[in-house]
Amino acid sequence: MKAESFSVTELELAGWPVRITSYRIGETWHAKADNVSPGANIARAKADGREQAEATVIERASARLGATRRRPQG
Amino acid sequence: MSGYAHPEVLVTTDWVDQHGRDDGVRVVEVDVDTGSYDEGHVPGAIGWAWDSQLCDTLVRDIVPKDRFEKLLGDSGISRDTTVVLYGDNNNWFAAWAFWQLKIYGHPDVRLMNGGRVKWLAEGREVSLEAPEIAPVDYSASDPDLSIRAFLNQVREASGSGAADMVDVRSPAEFSGEILAPPGLPETCQRGGHVPGARNIPWGKACAEDGTFKSAGALRELYAAQGITGDKPIVAYCRIGERSSHSWFVLKYLLGYDGVSNYDGSWTEWGNLVGAPVERGA
Repeated sequence: MKAESFSVTELELAGWPVRITSYRIGETWHAKADNVSPGANIARAKADGREQAEATVIERASARLGATRRRPQG
Repeated sequence: MSGYAHPEVLVTTDWVDQHGRDDGVRVVEVDVDTGSYDEGHVPGAIGWAWDSQLCDTLVRDIVPKDRFEKLLGDSGISRDTTVVLYGDNNNWFAAWAFWQLKIYGHPDVRLMNGGRVKWLAEGREVSLEAPEIAPVDYSASDPDLSIRAFLNQVREASGSGAADMVDVRSPAEFSGEILAPPGLPETCQRGGHVPGARNIPWGKACAEDGTFKSAGALRELYAAQGITGDKPIVAYCRIGERSSHSWFVLKYLLGYDGVSNYDGSWTEWGNLVGAPVERGA
């Protein structure tokens, strides 16, 4: 068994750059989202298809990123 | 891997493919996302959870010696086992595990260069099965705390400049714009950085495929911020795992002396009453 159809894409969610990684192992598609800088995993999902796994992980990541507060630096 | 001060602490994915199940070798996956191992892992690898097995779950601390000995013994690891660590996020928590194995004196510890993502991206075999392990007895050394920095040492270094402070978080965390990586819970009361620290994000040490940059590129990266190894270096981040990665680079790939990891990191400093804080880039 191998990770197949490995794919990495970047997009912006809630104003933050996000990296979406997806691949299939066996019959299961896995998707993960990380916040690029610093690269921490913020959401993961699995589904029967890539589209569904990525849609779920984007929804979860968006919710978490939307709660991130930027603060004044003075 | 030529040019590194200690190339023996790195192995390639090819090497793990060929030797990962040899007698005397134990491959261990340590992820940020502790569910990753169950999705599929290097055949023959075992998984450790950083948040329950590589820390004290009562007091904020690294894993206590007796629990460390049990973990390694239950993992079939003896003192002469070659332990190969890998994980997600380009080996964040694999480096955290590496650091603790060195604190407790395990002789032969290595990182799989590129970590989990490189293994998957190369289309190598993965397994869903956890291997059956015959437990052994393991006896750890007394902790080597020369590679671990504590609050008082950081306070002294910040005030006197006796050591170089390297903050390996993202620029937005360093400046105080955000209190935690985007999407993660805020774990401190104040944003910013330890006065005098230089910001060299951990990820700058990695190439596109997750492997470490060349020795020359790494030396230039740190030298550009005045970090040349001519005095002790303290690396820190938010909870100590990203800084384990940079600690590994500075100590083993560049061979600098006196490098320590401040695992209290910003979660400690940014919550201290009265601690001085700098903001901005």
